[in-house]
Amino acid sequence: MEAFVVLLAIPLLGAPALWLLGDREIAPEVNAAFSLATFAASAWLTAEVISGGPITAWNEQFFVDALNVFLVALTAFVGFTTSLFSRPYMRIEREKGKMTGPRLRLYHSMYQAFMFTMLAALTTNNLGILWVAMEAATLATVLLVSVYRTAASLEAAWKYFILCGVGIAQALFGTILLYFAAERVLGAEGNALLWTHLNLVKGDLEPAIMSLAFVFLLVGYGTKVGLVPLHNWLPDAHAEGPTPISAVLSGLLLNVALYSVLRCKVLADGALDSRFASNMMMGFGLLSVVVAAFFLSRQRDVKRMFAYSSIEHMGLITFAFGMGGPIANFAGLLHMTVHSLVKSAIFFAVGHAAQKAGTQVMEDIRGLMKVSPTVGWGLMIGTLAILGMPPFGVFASEFLILTTAMREHPWATPFLLLALGVAFAAVFSRVQPMVFGDTHMQPLAHQPALVPVFVHLGLGLLLGLYIPPYLAAWYAEAARLLG
Amino acid sequence: MNLEGLLAQLLAMAVALAGGPLLAGWVNQCRAWLQGRRAPPLLMPFRMLHKLFWKESVVAHDASPIFRITPYIVFGCMLLASLIIPTLSTDLPMAPAADAIALVGLFGIARLFISLAAMDIGTAFGTMGARREMLVGFLAEPAFLMVLFTASLISSSTSLATTVSTLAHREFAILPSLAFAGIAFTMVSLAENARVPVDNPATHLELTMIHEALVLEYSGRHLALIEWAATLKLFAYSCAGLAIFFPWGIAEARDHAALLWALPVLAVKLAIGGFTLALIETILAKMRIFRVPEFLATAFLLGVLALLVHLLLGA
Amino acid sequence: MTSLTSQVINLFASVLLLIAFAMLSQRRIVTLINLFALQGLALVGSTVTVAWATGQHHLYWSAGITFVLKVVALPLILHRLIRRLNVKWDIETLINIPTMMLVGIVLVVFAFNLALPISEFSNSIARGTLGIALACVLMAFLMMITRSKAVPQVIGFLAMENGLFFAATSATYGMPMVVELGIALDVLVGMIILGVFMFQIREQFDSLDIHHLEKLKED
Repeated sequence: MEAFVVLLAIPLLGAPALWLLGDREIAPEVNAAFSLATFAASAWLTAEVISGGPITAWNEQFFVDALNVFLVALTAFVGFTTSLFSRPYMRIEREKGKMTGPRLRLYHSMYQAFMFTMLAALTTNNLGILWVAMEAATLATVLLVSVYRTAASLEAAWKYFILCGVGIAQALFGTILLYFAAERVLGAEGNALLWTHLNLVKGDLEPAIMSLAFVFLLVGYGTKVGLVPLHNWLPDAHAEGPTPISAVLSGLLLNVALYSVLRCKVLADGALDSRFASNMMMGFGLLSVVVAAFFLSRQRDVKRMFAYSSIEHMGLITFAFGMGGPIANFAGLLHMTVHSLVKSAIFFAVGHAAQKAGTQVMEDIRGLMKVSPTVGWGLMIGTLAILGMPPFGVFASEFLILTTAMREHPWATPFLLLALGVAFAAVFSRVQPMVFGDTHMQPLAHQPALVPVFVHLGLGLLLGLYIPPYLAAWYAEAARLLG
Repeated sequence: MNLEGLLAQLLAMAVALAGGPLLAGWVNQCRAWLQGRRAPPLLMPFRMLHKLFWKESVVAHDASPIFRITPYIVFGCMLLASLIIPTLSTDLPMAPAADAIALVGLFGIARLFISLAAMDIGTAFGTMGARREMLVGFLAEPAFLMVLFTASLISSSTSLATTVSTLAHREFAILPSLAFAGIAFTMVSLAENARVPVDNPATHLELTMIHEALVLEYSGRHLALIEWAATLKLFAYSCAGLAIFFPWGIAEARDHAALLWALPVLAVKLAIGGFTLALIETILAKMRIFRVPEFLATAFLLGVLALLVHLLLGA
Repeated sequence: MTSLTSQVINLFASVLLLIAFAMLSQRRIVTLINLFALQGLALVGSTVTVAWATGQHHLYWSAGITFVLKVVALPLILHRLIRRLNVKWDIETLINIPTMMLVGIVLVVFAFNLALPISEFSNSIARGTLGIALACVLMAFLMMITRSKAVPQVIGFLAMENGLFFAATSATYGMPMVVELGIALDVLVGMIILGVFMFQIREQFDSLDIHHLEKLKED
């Protein structure tokens, strides 16, 4: 209970505090301190869950179980490391004149607001509040995407706002339908939207309503996950926003959106007694994997390319959850974790690389290894990790997903293998000359923060080699919950 | 066909023949009042008809028989139309012969012939008028049909007499579909009767007129018949609108007292309707001809909406 | 559950539908805002009717919030916005209104068919209204797709929210109060952010035409 209050209160207080603090020299440190405190609170909450099992709070409006507790910890952790990365990154941006005092103030304040909305979305038990938090997350980030006020960033932010706004409106309609179905079983009181209550009676929910509701929910939250064909906002927003924001969008927001879909899928599966929801997720997932893989090879902007890579991985995870069953679900959860760690590490490395080169166009970034071996190695290892090279965690989860697909849905395997192959060729052939080769780039004015990169990659490696037993137990428990 | 029915039918015919020009005179009078002019006498249209019937009818040299028979066909169509619309009583012997769709067909035949006749002479104005008339017609007809369908669906019959008696007998309910249909009907009537936002009956301005361009070549008794037919058309539309949307006061079958009572009720309703028409014509300005399709598309949309609202909401 | 209440709700539903069509074909920004306010008013009317008929008191509150937000505050903000942005008398060149109307009609039929199996379960006073609400949402969506100026797009977005709100009140007698407050807050904040945003766009492009925002494309 107290852990909840602390967890949500810290970023909620952090947003106005950083706004009031304004454009001080220590603002980035304060931002990092708030993020660290949030991370500590999430660790506290996790410890409580480990010792005492699922917790609910505030009239059951908030709860944690095996499915969201590790996502809470992951979100708080990546939020913290990103805030560390953004300290030198934003200082450099400011010296380059891309950021100004007021914009930094907005950036720091909205960063905390964004963390709050994501944590609220993850921990709420009320599917209505989940929707509110997801919409608020869009609102918090839209001004961050356009923070450079360039033509391209404004366009990206407008697209982001409109597309996600439309998408999230579909999700609201789905939520209304869900409530409509739930109200017939649970009555019109406030708890007809509480997931824990719905989960108990999911077998009694009207199938006709639930199937339509799930379609709207999947399309709505799927827009935020970046599922093809609703993905158009994603590459633009990632490419044009500041890099720390790209890292948290890719590493965290997509996860949170997918988590929302999962919660709804559990209810739909229970009510429908068919593979309708699963098949829809498999279809969207497979389409995303294939389309994104082929778009990867056409990119020239490095952040855009990795944004497409995020779409591909989100598609893969969606496909895994669509297949269902203990192994595929386990693999999906693992993939969510490692993807978020590795992808944010890549964005950190890419951010510094782009700052050194003064451009995000891949052809103009050359020879990172010479100027800054740490950035170069970070990018190289990260790329290998995200492409599914053993012994990284991505390999483990992709291997599990592929073997399950071969066993249960053999028709899908060629598509997956083809997509992964195309993605490998496209990304590796672009990153290799960026890292090696000659250069005339200059070192940066501030020492880049590369500790987060290697911490993330180290964790990704660890998860590939050895999954701690309590984490494995959570994954298994969450996989069982997902059915 | 019984005698009573025959009598009622004859009465309806007499009312239509007399009421048409009277209504036209009343509208003109109201319009004059509203515009602050001195009003022409109420019986002015009758004097016009009288004058025209006594005049010689001039026909162009190369006019085909179509030109000659058109006035009679148009007049016949309009008279028939006003006979199958329940004006005073729903007990009409003619009614089973033609339903709401046939009514639209009658108007269509009249439009076809008058347009053919206008092109027959080969003058520029006639052709232009015919073209415009067709433009208005092909947009107004579907809208009118939608309105009639809505009313028919509500009463589950396409027979106008049944529709009206059903509508008159249902208990009071708020029917948005009928409201939409009513607005659509008003718009269609304005267009079909060459009234102000679409056409101006009071001018002979070359570039804007539709109806006057069609009948420019007619004179004498031909013109009289066509003008009479035009007033009959206005009367028929008004009565159809009143019967569908304000059906109260129309007599039932074999109810003599009600039949007598129905006449003054109709007169009052028509008086109010005519005044409203004059009011609309005074308030609105004539629109450009290229805006007419949009105006009629709106009417069509409202008609479809009425139909949809009825089908979807049952209201 | 008198049938009169049902009729009144149906009346409001049809008015909403009518306004949705009107918005689809409206060229003037000012009129568009007024139509939006009118739609909000119809929404308030239907909510109050449902509240009165079902005795759900929290619906009065949400009707009040809707009134303050959608009939007063948002149109006011929008009017101020277009005055400040100096686009008050902007007229948008809409091509092919009749086609759009036809698409709109198809959408209505589609929405109704989609909602038909669900409406059967509705023991509420208004059966077909879910279909109408969905149709309003889809038409607002269509409006957003076809408009090229920023302000009408935003109005389309808000109109979509209106349709959703109508679905919530008519089909389920309103969502729980916390959720409704949250939604209202999101809409308000979103509107303010969009306002800020439009100034940024104008500063950058000297115009609010979204066609300028078509540079980011896949090569």
